[in-house]
Amino acid sequence: MRPFTYERATGLREAAAAVAARPDAKFIAGGTNLLDLMKLEIERPTHLVDISRLPLRRIEETSDGGLHIGAQVPNSDLAADARVRTRYPLLSQALLSGASAQLRNKASTAGNLLQRTRCPYFQDAGMPCNKRVPGSGCAARGGYNRAHAILGASEACIAVHPSDMAVAMTALDARVETILPDGRARTLPIGELHRLPGDTPHLENNLAAGEMITAVTLPPPPPGRQLYRKIRDRASYAFALVSVAAVVEVASGRIRNARIAMGGVAPKPWRSAEAEGALADRAAGDRSYAAAADAALSDARGDGHVAFKIELAKRALRRSLADLTPDR
Amino acid sequence: MTSDPIVQATAGAAPGARIGQPVDRIDGILKVTGRATYGYEHRIGRAPAHGCILGASIARGRILEIDVREAERAPGVILVMTHRNAPDQPEFGAAVTATVPEVFTRARPVLASERVRYHDEPVALVVAESFEEARHAARLIRLRYETEPGAFDPVAPDAEIYRPGRTNAGFPTDSEHGDFEGAFSVAPVQIDASYRTPFESHNPMEPHAAIAEWEGDRLTVHTATQTVANIQAGLASTLRVPPENIRIVSPFIGGGFGAKLILHPETICAALAARVLNRPVKVALTRQQMFANAGHRPAMRQRVRLGADRDGRLTAIGHEVLASTARFEEFAEQSAVPTRALYAAPNRRTTHRLIRLDTNRGEWMRAPGEASGLLALECAIDELAERLGLDPIALRIRNEPERDPELGVPFSSRNLVACMRVGAERFGWRDRPLRPGSRREGRWLIGYGMAAAIRGNYLGPGSARVAIDAAGQVTVQADMTDIGTGTYTILAQVAAERLGVPLDAIRVMLGDSRLPRTAGSGGSWGATSSATAVHNACLALRQRIATAAASHAASPLRGSNAIEAHFADGALRLGARSESLERLLARIAPEGLAAEGSAVRGETYRTYSQHAFGAHFAEVAVDIDSGEARLRRMLGVFAAGRILNPKTARSQLIGGMVWGVGAALMEETVLDRRHGHFVNHDLAEYHVPVHADIPDVDVMFVPEEDDKGNPLGAKGIGELGNCGAGAAVANAVYNATGVRVRDFPITLDKIFPGLAAG
Ligand SMILES: Cc1cc2nc3c(=O)[nH]c(=O)nc-3n(C[C@H](O)[C@H](O)[C@H](O)COP(=O)(O)OP(=O)(O)OC[C@H]3O[C@@H](n4cnc5c(N)ncnc54)[C@H](O)[C@@H]3O)c2cc1C
Ligand code: SF4
Repeated sequence: MRPFTYERATGLREAAAAVAARPDAKFIAGGTNLLDLMKLEIERPTHLVDISRLPLRRIEETSDGGLHIGAQVPNSDLAADARVRTRYPLLSQALLSGASAQLRNKASTAGNLLQRTRCPYFQDAGMPCNKRVPGSGCAARGGYNRAHAILGASEACIAVHPSDMAVAMTALDARVETILPDGRARTLPIGELHRLPGDTPHLENNLAAGEMITAVTLPPPPPGRQLYRKIRDRASYAFALVSVAAVVEVASGRIRNARIAMGGVAPKPWRSAEAEGALADRAAGDRSYAAAADAALSDARGDGHVAFKIELAKRALRRSLADLTPDR
Repeated sequence: MTSDPIVQATAGAAPGARIGQPVDRIDGILKVTGRATYGYEHRIGRAPAHGCILGASIARGRILEIDVREAERAPGVILVMTHRNAPDQPEFGAAVTATVPEVFTRARPVLASERVRYHDEPVALVVAESFEEARHAARLIRLRYETEPGAFDPVAPDAEIYRPGRTNAGFPTDSEHGDFEGAFSVAPVQIDASYRTPFESHNPMEPHAAIAEWEGDRLTVHTATQTVANIQAGLASTLRVPPENIRIVSPFIGGGFGAKLILHPETICAALAARVLNRPVKVALTRQQMFANAGHRPAMRQRVRLGADRDGRLTAIGHEVLASTARFEEFAEQSAVPTRALYAAPNRRTTHRLIRLDTNRGEWMRAPGEASGLLALECAIDELAERLGLDPIALRIRNEPERDPELGVPFSSRNLVACMRVGAERFGWRDRPLRPGSRREGRWLIGYGMAAAIRGNYLGPGSARVAIDAAGQVTVQADMTDIGTGTYTILAQVAAERLGVPLDAIRVMLGDSRLPRTAGSGGSWGATSSATAVHNACLALRQRIATAAASHAASPLRGSNAIEAHFADGALRLGARSESLERLLARIAPEGLAAEGSAVRGETYRTYSQHAFGAHFAEVAVDIDSGEARLRRMLGVFAAGRILNPKTARSQLIGGMVWGVGAALMEETVLDRRHGHFVNHDLAEYHVPVHADIPDVDVMFVPEEDDKGNPLGAKGIGELGNCGAGAAVANAVYNATGVRVRDFPITLDKIFPGLAAG
């Protein structure tokens, strides 16, 4: 771990300004991701601004019937919140499927969104990695890439975004609220928070220097049933190989509304407009679900160990849709 | 300095706690209250400096340049040690096979040359005032290497295969009885199946750690080891110091599983740096470093061929093992050895071959031989049962041998059949789905599987000392270790029973090279060997007490016949007279009395085939779409001689069975075939079962006493639990799905392609 200085943020704007003021400064919230990476010297901030004590721990109703979730709300509190459990059950399911109880107690909402990839080559300073050292190459290509991306990846990087929570929020059309170092606030749809790697895998999100996430807002719950399904190598405490966040509303046997997002398959939480398009106004049933799954994965590429994920994702999608519409 | 670790049962301990009782661990309170001190935690007189190892970022080649200037200038740094300034050490020397004792005691120099033999091999040690400073400075070292092409594919088709001289633990490399090829080729029913088992890593919870302190030419090392004597001897060879000048202290160990049998780099680094600095130095491996530097189970390809008649009688049994080893030091896991004793068949062949890789050496990982070998053999037997349309238990019973099928000697005791029968009854085996893939509950396919367990029973020579003082306090001493298994407790039980005193009168001191030497904890022999030594020491002490009581002028029992001594309830009865030990000793031996006893291998070690046996039963559920395989419940029934403490024994066996679940379903250390490094080198990426993976595990014992192995009638159990356990789970996955995966671990990507999308 590199030597670093530390300050405890006194206010939102001050926090943002403090990080903006120094090129190698970072926010630290729960620290469950950042500290591990600092010990490995994958992250090398020279200054930490601790935002964990800022008054961003509340979950509040919004006037339109949605929820406003403070950036520092711990994952476990969010999962346990009665409003979340009844109105956004897929979000609660996603959170509870992630990490371990101890980590969820510590992990913050914003930190979860901005956690970094678990690509083992990224986490190993001795290996080439374009995300860590631009231009050095991608060791995962041609290496052990069983947990890597099949959608949205690039020549430069095939890493996946590991979050479960973010996948659920993506299906829910969440919006991310931030504060800029000059004190201005801004809001962006969650789909615009993360970037695809392209030629610049080291740039992972669209936040400006020092821009701090203050909250995530959820619009009123979409009509229909919700489900988060996570497929993984052991029963708990494992990252998703494939996950599905789905919301489906069926009326008179037809699909009125569908939202599909996938995790474990792409460099960002993957909302599938293709799958949603294939479901819109179709008869609820296996044929539509198979078509949706094929549409969702039509651009998928899997070279090496990861190839199995394409079929696995299709199965997961079909099954999730079927489980959501038991009586059709 | 906590150099005299003493573990004593609390006064409330069950007074009648004897051998065979489920006594709570006497070190339990110390552990749960944080007072049990582990290797890295000992407080010693002078504040130690902290070392951090830097590992090579190549797997094979030479260091061309190493620039430590920036590291040396970093805050807190006291020493940067590399091959250029490390104290002179003996050569590593030519490859030693695992069969000779030198493998345990040889010099293992570190930072000794510019050669790199495996990825993450230490290339520098930074010592600083704090661990953080040392770790940071280590990253400031600049290295330039000349990389040489290495071999990293354990199953490369073009690899050079060779035959080791012996296997680990000294078994013959090959065995051949009758005409295997001939019998197999004409067998009416044949199974010819190849199984792949991966590299696996022990991952004890406590990483390898050491604190070294020199006083003049005498060295004290606080560390975590399974076998104190190995570390002492290994350090003596490496440092060129007489062993008697080295003291090893290792009272509590956070798991070993075979990874803590020999010297590893952290201990040597600590000792070298402490000598250079004339200051205590502590060094631990990081979790990531453990994957390359603390041993692994070799990767293997195993071919099993079974020939049988239509009734299921085996006519030919063949087991050929091809395993990885290190280029610089051999380790040949004896994976075909259990096949030599498990089933009868007139024609047999077992072989072991190796492929040299540029990795670190493999090491003894819980049940070396059986853990990997039975994954193959016991799945193949299941395949044969299915081919024959026979119940897997019936098939095994049909091939139950009368005597050891290869050694020709009788078994000291063998209750495999009883284990299978008892287990079948308790588990509800008769309800198993007869046709694979035929039982479905919701989204889950349900399957049952079983497998046999066998594990060689060994005795490691050693001794123990038992003393009693004038207050009636008994002290048991040995350099034996308790690696979390319960050794402190069972030794107290043995002494309490043999001396007829309550458990809380016993103190146990272990894990110190100043104490009588034992063979330590390894090969499941720790309990039986050290308990035998304690048993014999108690007998000798009884003799001494009784003789003194019968003859000492001040003895109230004077004149009695010492032969009729009876020790019970804290008193000695000689003939008709009785006296409490306390009062007696105060009179006849105010200084106390002590005696030593030893464990030695008797004639029966050769004239009987000695094994513990068991039967595993598993029920799994496999997701119909994704292929996710999850254990639902598991039962292990074991015949392992006399059970010294059913509670600690049960824990050992459950732990072993959980290892079996891991081996079957998730454990794999992935070797990158380009860079030669273990890719998934942390506990987020190397999966072991977590609680949610182990819903229900039950253990039963079939009563057994075996007087051939040791006077206690006990057998080793530390490894028995993971012998065959993985195969039971794998067979259950097959029974659930009809998909036979022969490539371990059985992860979902290997299952679901065989499942019709549902
Ligand atoms: C062993 C293990 C298993 C795990 N398993 C899972 C899993 O299965 N599923 C899953 O989803 N997650 C999993 N996680 C990840 C875990 O969810 C994240 O580590 C956690 O959510 C990060 O939150 P934090 O508050 O600790 O973030 P920190 O570590 O404090 O920060 C993470 C990053 O976010 C930045 N940041 C934090 N807050 C803000 C803010 N308000 N504005 C701008 N930037 C900010 C930090 O600068 C840093 O770069 C696992 C983690 C571990 C260690
Ligand atoms: S996949 Fe991305 S993160 Fe992983 S090694 Fe390649 S560039 Fe680095």
